Amino acid sequence: MLDGFRLHSAALVAVMALVTAGLRFLPFLIFGENRQTPKLITYLGKVLPYAIMAMLVVYCLKSVTPLEYPYALPELISCAVVVLLHIWKRNTLLSIGGGTACYMLLVQVIFK
Amino acid sequence: MLKQTAKTAFLHTIPVMTGYLFLGFGFGIILQQNGYGLGWALAMSLFIYAGSMQYVGVGLLTGGASLVTAAVTTLMVNARHLFYGISMVDAYKGTGKRKPYLIFALTDETYSLVSQGAPENVDRKRYYFLVSLLNQCYWVVGSALGALAGKLPMDFTGIDFALTALFITIFVEQWLTTKNHFPALVGLISAVLCLAIFGGDRFLIPTMVLIATTLIIHRSTGKEEKDA
Repeated sequence: MLDGFRLHSAALVAVMALVTAGLRFLPFLIFGENRQTPKLITYLGKVLPYAIMAMLVVYCLKSVTPLEYPYALPELISCAVVVLLHIWKRNTLLSIGGGTACYMLLVQVIFK
Repeated sequence: MLKQTAKTAFLHTIPVMTGYLFLGFGFGIILQQNGYGLGWALAMSLFIYAGSMQYVGVGLLTGGASLVTAAVTTLMVNARHLFYGISMVDAYKGTGKRKPYLIFALTDETYSLVSQGAPENVDRKRYYFLVSLLNQCYWVVGSALGALAGKLPMDFTGIDFALTALFITIFVEQWLTTKNHFPALVGLISAVLCLAIFGGDRFLIPTMVLIATTLIIHRSTGKEEKDA
């Protein structure tokens, strides 16, 4: 079943799995269960979620092309829809559903 | 309490379910189109379980990348997970036998939920565990369906915006519920700045360094005392 190429593919999957797990486990191995967590890490644990969520939003939008057609308009409009919907109703499902529907409509129909 | 915990965990994961089913579906389709069927989709979603990395991974597989290239690429794409761990070190203390799985399953989306803490009236450990497990189930089911479906006549273009919308929603929610906007602004400005300088494929690690440095300097200047 597994020829040389597939065997190499399986090894690649294993490497990706191990490195990903390593990155996830590392902080917990360093700051173990029985150790008092350093104050700096506790501080970072409190403030990082805010900073990282902003980073993830930018990460999701990293491929937009504001200087070429459609000038990032589908993304800009849909992001604005999500923000406004959420400020208005504070309903996560509505904000995500509305924003996604808006984006699909824009990229499939309007800015084809 | 048990029922309440399960119900709360499920309700909180619904946005991730929407995003993961479709994103997983897309991943399964791409994988299938490149000659890797259901078994590969299952193996990758069960053992790697990192959304964007699995999309990148399809390219590594089909291109026959070297193991070193795969390791370095994974480090670059997934280094942000170090931050998730640092954030959750305290919250995940005392979670016992569930802890290894909680750590393994700490994806962007799971982090976006558990970093908000467990709600009141629920069993904290069980809540974290159920959120993590449900999310991976959605991801595995989505990618398996994608691998099986191969190609459907329906146009799903743009469905991946669900995850962008999820992160924006959490960002707005965090913004509305806290008075200290400094960390959020540091994250936003650092990411945009590094994206402009380093480009889309390389900006994550510089962004993380800039965020951590700025926040640590800010703390040491003492402005953070009343918030921390």
